Amino acid sequence: MKCDLCDKDAVVHELIVSNGQKREIHLCAEHASAQGYAGPATSIPKEIADKLEENRPQKRSRLANCETCGLTLAAFRRHGVLGCPECYHAFERHLEPLIGRAQAGATHHCGHAPALAPEHIDRQLHRTRLLKDLNDAIACEQYERAAKIRDQLQNLEGPVESERE
Amino acid sequence: MVKPNETGPWLGESGTDSDIVLSSRVRLARNLAGVPFVNRASDAARNEVVGMVRRTPLFAAQNGPLRWVEMEDLIDRDRHILVERHLISSQFAEANFPRGVAVSEEETLSVMVNEEDHLRIQTLETGFALREAHERVNKINHEFESSLEFAFNPRWGFLTACPTNVGCGVRFSVMLHLPGMRYAEELDRLRRAARDLHLAVRGFHGEGSESTGEFFQISNQVTLGTSEEDLLEGFCNDVVPNLIEYERQSRKALVRKKRVIIEDKVNRALAVLSSARLLDADESLNLLSRVRLGCALELINGPSMKDIHRLLLHVQPAHLCALTGVAMDDTDAAQEARAIIVRRVLGTE
Repeated sequence: MKCDLCDKDAVVHELIVSNGQKREIHLCAEHASAQGYAGPATSIPKEIADKLEENRPQKRSRLANCETCGLTLAAFRRHGVLGCPECYHAFERHLEPLIGRAQAGATHHCGHAPALAPEHIDRQLHRTRLLKDLNDAIACEQYERAAKIRDQLQNLEGPVESERE
Repeated sequence: MVKPNETGPWLGESGTDSDIVLSSRVRLARNLAGVPFVNRASDAARNEVVGMVRRTPLFAAQNGPLRWVEMEDLIDRDRHILVERHLISSQFAEANFPRGVAVSEEETLSVMVNEEDHLRIQTLETGFALREAHERVNKINHEFESSLEFAFNPRWGFLTACPTNVGCGVRFSVMLHLPGMRYAEELDRLRRAARDLHLAVRGFHGEGSESTGEFFQISNQVTLGTSEEDLLEGFCNDVVPNLIEYERQSRKALVRKKRVIIEDKVNRALAVLSSARLLDADESLNLLSRVRLGCALELINGPSMKDIHRLLLHVQPAHLCALTGVAMDDTDAAQEARAIIVRRVLGTE
């Protein structure tokens, strides 16, 4: 459709209905700008456009796959089983809500580590268990026990996540 | 390898609280690090998993505790005998790729290799004996852990093919006989309570089965965010004792308020089992369940618990086939053979 005022293609189209009368306006970018109409995407500030782009649903996520075993997200959703240990990294974002629902909201392991696990994993799990115990103790108003657990946490090497907050 | 004419000690009659708890089971799911899960592994990788497991000291030792059985070497009937004895899953019996199971002499320990996970280690004990079952499964697990590296991630714990089994990867379960709650129409309450406590309620044949004969398998669904020990304590101190107490109270109330009705149900069941010429498997389980209740409440002078437990196994298709030679798919002949076997044990043949 052509611009009402020149031969260029119209980019702004407006339908005005007033007193039962219908009137259409078609303008090219230049004439639209001259008459105070905001143009198409170019008029959106760049930082807003970038933000919108960032937040657009990622089409690629539906096509995600595990680089180690080649399992696709679609195949996992169809069969409900993963292809290899690395799938837990590849699909972590999708697994979090699913596992949370199946596990009564739990999000972290706090049982034991296998015998051949490196020492730092043992320490990390010990810390997770102590934090869970601390929460339980506070919830039950067992403050003496909570203080002891807090001491144990402080004696562990490295900063404790909850204490940084 | 197993003796179909015997029940196996895990289905004994002298376990703790065995009037209500038939058996206790603990199962661990484990996968080897760096190897695709079974559903995505090639046959070569599956064979390698079998090889790695069989090279562990548990198998290398002469006269070790486990005997290895290649599933491909077993005929269909014998695979299903293992299913009926709760040593393997039906999914494992039906698969058609390299896999095997290691079973202890007394059938209280089995290790499925290449089920949904590379290893499914389970122990079975008679009656309410979860602590003992857990102790044994832990011992075997430690032996495997000393020579195999398991797939593990500090956040998710032990990694399993089905992401809902992560964490400690343990399943505690008890097989309960709950006719009291059934006749008191309390089963809906049981299911609601189980749902609130994140427990699964399954039937006599485990996963995917409906309850038959008031036999229910209760197991934990949550495996993440809690340790094996905490789960075990929850089962041993709360879940199972409460269910036992509830069932006992229901049974007492039934005898007090509806004695004649219960006596009628029990005696009719015994009469049918003693005289029927044709019996199908589910009908037999239902009738045996009633006779078991009569036996536990001393309402009848019928068969012993041991005989009832033996029949619970023998009336199932693969056992029946092994004991009588009748083909598993010949339903009419199986019904006749089943009735004969039952009458023989009850002394009315």
